[in-house]
Amino acid sequence: MEAINRERIQHYIDQFTNKPVYVHLETTNGAYASHFNTNAYNVGAYIRNAQLTYKQGKIVQHDDGSYRVGLKHDIGWIYAEGLSDYEFNEHGQLLMAGHDDRGRLMVALEISEEPFSY
Amino acid sequence: MNFSEHNHVIIIYPHPDDESFGAAGTISKFREAGVPVTYLCGTLGEMGRNMGTPFFANRETLPEIRKKELQDACQVLDMNLEMLGYRDKTIEFEPREALAERFKQYIEDLGATLVITFYPGYAVHPDHNAMGAAAFEAVKQMPENERPTLWGTAFSNDHREKLGDPNVVIDLIDSFDKKLEAIKSHRSQAEGMLSQLLAQSESDDEYEAALERFRYEAFYEVDIDQVDLKNQT
Ligand SMILES: [Zn+2]
Repeated sequence: MEAINRERIQHYIDQFTNKPVYVHLETTNGAYASHFNTNAYNVGAYIRNAQLTYKQGKIVQHDDGSYRVGLKHDIGWIYAEGLSDYEFNEHGQLLMAGHDDRGRLMVALEISEEPFSY
Repeated sequence: MNFSEHNHVIIIYPHPDDESFGAAGTISKFREAGVPVTYLCGTLGEMGRNMGTPFFANRETLPEIRKKELQDACQVLDMNLEMLGYRDKTIEFEPREALAERFKQYIEDLGATLVITFYPGYAVHPDHNAMGAAAFEAVKQMPENERPTLWGTAFSNDHREKLGDPNVVIDLIDSFDKKLEAIKSHRSQAEGMLSQLLAQSESDDEYEAALERFRYEAFYEVDIDQVDLKNQT
C-alpha cells in the first residue's frame, strides 16, 4: 500500500459508480485491547462482501491528513474515516485502509466488482 | 516428563502462530522423542492487524502470507498440518457440536493420546475460547477409557487466580532454538513483537530477550469431568 492520493482515489471511486460491487468494510482496535489495558474496550466490526450499487461517491481530506470516504446508494450510505493508505491491486480491487504508527490496521474500506476471497 | 510415552499428539488452536507462541518447544520435544504431532489450525488469521512498517501485507494478501508462514513453522517443528478452513474471528459462531464432532474424528483417526488446546474461558481471544471449548467437548464425548490426556493453555489476566498454578510446565532452556525459529517463521506476527521484547530487555541479544519471555511453556492438565462447559461460549 502507499499513501492515498485524493485525485487517484476519486478516479477509482468514479469508475465503480453505478456498477454492482462488493464491499469490505471494517474497523477494529484488536482482540487484545482490554487484555493489555483494563481501561480499554474491544471494539470492532466488519462486513465482508456486502453487495450494492452506489450512485455517487467522494473522498474528502481530514485536517490531520487522513481521509473520509462516503458512498451513497439508493437506500443508504457506506462511510469510513481514518483512511490513509491505498492499493489498486491486480484483481482490479480498490483497497483503502488506515493504520497506526506500528502498521496495525484500524479501518479498511475495499471495493471490488468480484467477491473478495476468504 | 517422558515424552515418548505418547502415540500421537494433536494441537488444536485457531490461528497461525498460536502453536509457535504456545507450544513450539513442547512440540519439538515430542518430535525428538519420535512422537508424531498434528496441528489442527482453525483459520488463516485472515483478520490479523499487523501489516508491517513498511507494509508487507494488506487485508487481501494477509491470508496467503500467513498460510505460508504457518507451513514454514510446521516444517521447522516437523509436524503435520491440517488447515480446517474456518474464518478468523468467527469460530464462536459455528455450532460447537459440529466443531467437536470434527475434532473427535481426528482424535480417533490419528489415535491421539494427548490433545493440547486453549483452556476455554481463560484464553482471551474469542476464537481461542471457542476452539478450546469445542476441543474439550470432543474429549468429553469420548468413552472414558478412550479419552486422550487433555492440556489447556491459559493466559487471561485472571487465569492463575482462578485456576491455580499450571500443573505441566516445560522448561526450554536447552532447546530454545526450535521455538525461536518457529516464532520467527511467523514474520508478519513476530517481527514487531520481537523488536519490542528486545527494547524492553536488559539484554541486547534477540535469543536472550526471547528466552526471558518464552522460556517456559505451561499447561493445565484437565480432568474433563471436572470442567463445566455450559458457561463457555
Ligand atoms: Zn491466536
